[in-house]
Amino acid sequence: MAGYLIRRILLGLLTLLLITMVVYALIRFMPGSPMDTDPAMMNPDKMPSAEDLERIKKAYGLDKPVYEAYWIWLSNLASGDMGISYNEKKPVTDVIESRVWATLLLTVPSLVIAYLLAIPIGLWSTIRSGKLDERIAGVSLYMLYAIPSFIAALFLQLLFAVKLSGTAWELPLMGMHHSDYDEMGVIAQTWDLLQHMLLPVICFTYVSLAYYSRFIKANMEEVIRQDYIRTARAKGLGQMRIILHHAFRNTLIPFVTLLGLSLPSLLGGAIILEQVFNWPGMGQLYFRSIGTRDYPVIMGLTLSLSVLTLLGQLFADILYAFVDPRIAYK
Amino acid sequence: MTGIIEIQNLRTYFNTDNGVVKAVDDLSLTIMPGHTLGVVGESGSGKSVTSLTIMKLLAATAEINTGSVIFLGQDIVHMSEKQMRKLRGSEISMIFQEPMSSLNPVHKVGHQVMEAILEHQDVTKNEARERTIELFEEVGIPDPAERIHYYPHQMSGGQKQRVMIAMALSCNPKLLIADEPTTALDVTVQKQILDLICALRDERQMAVLFITHDLGVIAEIADDVMVMYRGKVVEQGDVLDIYENPQHPYTQGLLNCRPRLDTVYKRLPTVSDFMDTTIGDDGNMTITAKEMTDERKQFFINTGRGRLLHKHSELQALGYTDDSSSVTKDATCVSESETPLLNVRDLKVHFPVRQGLLQRVVGHVKAVDGISFDIYRGQTLGLVGESGCGKTTAGRAILQLQKSTAGEVVFDGSVVSSFSRRKMRPLRQEMQIIFQDPFGSMNPRMTIQAAIVEPMKLQGIGSSRTDRIDRAAALLDEVGMLPEHLRRYPHEFSGGQRQRICIARSLAVEPQFIICDESVSALDVSVQAQVLNLLNDLQERRGLTYIFISHDLSVVKFMADMMAVMKDGKIVEFGPSEAIYRNPREEYTRTLIEATPCDDLENIRRLVDQRNKQRSGTI
Repeated sequence: MAGYLIRRILLGLLTLLLITMVVYALIRFMPGSPMDTDPAMMNPDKMPSAEDLERIKKAYGLDKPVYEAYWIWLSNLASGDMGISYNEKKPVTDVIESRVWATLLLTVPSLVIAYLLAIPIGLWSTIRSGKLDERIAGVSLYMLYAIPSFIAALFLQLLFAVKLSGTAWELPLMGMHHSDYDEMGVIAQTWDLLQHMLLPVICFTYVSLAYYSRFIKANMEEVIRQDYIRTARAKGLGQMRIILHHAFRNTLIPFVTLLGLSLPSLLGGAIILEQVFNWPGMGQLYFRSIGTRDYPVIMGLTLSLSVLTLLGQLFADILYAFVDPRIAYK
Repeated sequence: MTGIIEIQNLRTYFNTDNGVVKAVDDLSLTIMPGHTLGVVGESGSGKSVTSLTIMKLLAATAEINTGSVIFLGQDIVHMSEKQMRKLRGSEISMIFQEPMSSLNPVHKVGHQVMEAILEHQDVTKNEARERTIELFEEVGIPDPAERIHYYPHQMSGGQKQRVMIAMALSCNPKLLIADEPTTALDVTVQKQILDLICALRDERQMAVLFITHDLGVIAEIADDVMVMYRGKVVEQGDVLDIYENPQHPYTQGLLNCRPRLDTVYKRLPTVSDFMDTTIGDDGNMTITAKEMTDERKQFFINTGRGRLLHKHSELQALGYTDDSSSVTKDATCVSESETPLLNVRDLKVHFPVRQGLLQRVVGHVKAVDGISFDIYRGQTLGLVGESGCGKTTAGRAILQLQKSTAGEVVFDGSVVSSFSRRKMRPLRQEMQIIFQDPFGSMNPRMTIQAAIVEPMKLQGIGSSRTDRIDRAAALLDEVGMLPEHLRRYPHEFSGGQRQRICIARSLAVEPQFIICDESVSALDVSVQAQVLNLLNDLQERRGLTYIFISHDLSVVKFMADMMAVMKDGKIVEFGPSEAIYRNPREEYTRTLIEATPCDDLENIRRLVDQRNKQRSGTI
C-alpha cells in the first residue's frame, strides 16, 4: 500500500506539472492581455503611452517569453508564492482564501443533502421498481434533471424574491448578506445567511440529487440480478437485509468513483449559478479572472482544482480497497 | 412411508409478451428421506424452474398454474412469503451451478454461512461461528478456523462449492436441491463434490433433488431418475431401469449422444436420430419415435474417419507398438516421408509477477512451461487438462495471439513464433480458432453475413461483394444452417446454432488448421454431438487439421487421434488417444479417467447395491 501511494503521488505531481504547463501556455496565447481588458483603457484619452505599457509589462513580468515566465511562476510556487492578483493587487492565496468559504458554504451542504437523500431514494426505487409510485418518482426525477439549474434559479428568484415579496415566504434575491448584516447579532446573522443560502443550495442540490438517485438505482438493478442475490434469497433472508447488506454493499464501488469525481466540484462551485445569485465564491472569481486576464489568479485556481481532482481520484482508489476485498494495492 | 416432498401435477407457466410459456407442464414426483432423485434434461427443459418453484423463488412473470407441492405435509403453493422465508435455507436449501458467482464477493465466506444460521436459529454469534467451523470441517475445507475469514476470490471453485454446501447444510435441511452443482468444476473436483453430497445425504437422511444435464453424473448419484423434455416429464423410474432399458426415444437419444469413454461410435447419434418433434398449431408437442435398427446402429459405428496416428517410427519411439492395444483396426499411420504441418518446440509462456515500489519482476507464473509436439496434416490433436493447466494459453501462443516467452512454433515451414504482427496477418488465413462461448465470441451488432464476410474481405477472398455473400451462404449451408440466416443477428440463434455460425466464420478464409478451444463445452449434450459430428465431417471433406482443447476427457478421446495430457503447463503424457485411455501410463491421467463420470451398467449396479446394503444396515 505504501509503495502504491508513493507511486501515485509521484505520478500526480507529474500530472500537475503538465496541467499547469498546458494551462499557462493556453492563457498566455489567448488574445488580449491584462493591459487591454480594462474598460477604462478603451478610452483613447486614457490609453497609456508606449513607454508606460512597456513599464507595466516589465512590472508584471509579461515582457519575458512564455517558457521563462512559466519557469518563474513555477519557482515562486515552490516557495509557496502564487503571485499577486492583477485586479486586486493582493497575493493570490489571500484572494482565493477570501472566496473559498463562500463557495464551501454552498457546495458542502448541497453535496451532503444530495447524498443523504439520493441513497434512500435509490434503494426505495429498486424495491418498488416498475410499480406506479416508483415510475412517477422516476419521471419526476428525470424532469428535474432536464431543467437547467440557472433557469430554475431565475424562476425561484422570481417566485420567492418578487411574487412573494412582502409575505413570510420572501427570500433575498441575491448576494450573501443583507446590507445591514454587520449591525446584526450572531443569531440574526446566521438566520440572514441561511436565508441567502437557501435558493442557491436548492439549485445546487436538485440536479445532483436526480442524477445520484438514478445512478444508484441503475447499479442496484444490475446487482440484484446477480447469482449471489439469489443465494441470499435461498438462504431465507428478508428483503431489507438483501437490499442493504448484500446488494447495496456491492454497488459501493461505482458509488465511490462518483464520490471521488464530485470532490473537485466542492471548490469549483458553479460559475453560472454564482453569477446568477451574485455569490462571492470561487466560480465568480474564476469567471472574472478569465475576463480580465488575471493570469496569477487563473493559474492559482487551476492549480487548486487540479490538486483536488487528483486527490479525489486517489481518495476513490484508496476507498476501493476498503469496499471491495478483491482489490489490493502493492 | 411418505416422502419428504410430494409434487402432484405441477404446472408452472411464464407470461411473456409472446404468450404463455409452459415451463413445467404436468410434473409429479416424490422423494423419500435419504434418497436422490436425479432430474435430467437439456437447457429449457424446465428442470431449474421446477427447483425454483419448490423454493418459490420464481421471477415475477411466472405463476404456479395448477398442482400441489406438499413439503412435510405443508402445502407450499399457498404459503405466504413470510412462511416461505422460514423454510428457505432451513428446511429446504439449494446449491447452485456457479460457485464463482453464487457467493457474495464482498463478504467473508464464514460470515455468509453464519448469516444463514443466525437467520433461522436462536443462537449467539459465537455459537454460529463455532457451528460454521464445524460445517467447514464436515464439507472438507482444510484449516476451517482460518478459512472462515477468507473472501470468495481467495478460494478455488471447488472450495467455493464446498462453502455453498456448508451454507446449504447449516440448518440441517430435510431437502437439498442441487442445481447442476458440479457443471462448472473440473472432473476430479466434481468427483469429490459428488462423493461429499452422497456421504452427507446418507449421514443426515436428507432427500436430494439433483438437477443436471449430464447423464454420467446422474448415474453416479441418483436412486431414481426423471427425464424432462420441453417442460414435460417423458420418463421416470429407477436409475438402473432407465439406463438398462430406456423406454422413451428421448432418453435413448440422450444416452447415446454422449461420447462415452468406451464409445463404439465413430459418428455420434443425436436425439433427432431417435425421434422427431413436431409442434402443432395448438402449441401441443407430438413426439414420433424412430426405431434405431441394427442397420442404422451399424451406420454410426462404421461411418466416419478412422484415427490418423503419428509415424510408425515415432509411435515406436514413444513406446507404442503394433501389437499393443494402441492401434485399433481402422487406424492408419502418417507415412514416414511426411513433414508435420505444425511443429511446436519447447514453447513457454511465462507471466511476470511484479512487486514493490518499482514493480520489479519477482517471479513468474509458468502458464505454459516447455511443451513440444508435432501435428501432421489431417490429424486431430487433443489437448486435455483441468482448468489452469495452460491448455488455452498454449493454443493462443501457437496462433501468436499471446506472446510466447521462449520456444518455437513452426507452421508449414515458417517459424511463426518469430513473426511480427504484420507478417503474421496473411498467415491468419491458414490458422483459425473457434472459441468456447458462442455468446461472447460474436459481435451482437453485426449480422451473420457481416461476421462471415469480414474475414474474407480482410484476406482478399472472393472476387466481389456478391461472390463473398454467395460463399457465406454456401458456408452456412455446409454447417447445417440456412442461407436466409445471413441477415439475422446473433441473439436470434441458440447456442448450438451460434457455434455453427462461428465454425462457418472460421471456415470463411479456407484455413488448413483450426484450434477448437473448448468449442463444445457450453453446449447441451445432444447439440454437442451434432457439432462434434459436423467438425468431423468438415475435417474429412476439407482435409482440416485440428487442435482440440477440452477439459472433458471423453470428448477429447472421441475427437482426437493423438492426445496430450497437460498439467501445470507441461505435457505429462502424449500418445494415441485410444492407447492412453486403455492403458494410461501416468498417475495423473489415471486420476482423470477414473474421475470421469461413468454410466456403465456394471458401475450403476454396484452403486445401487452399495446403497441398498447401507440402507438395510442403518434403517
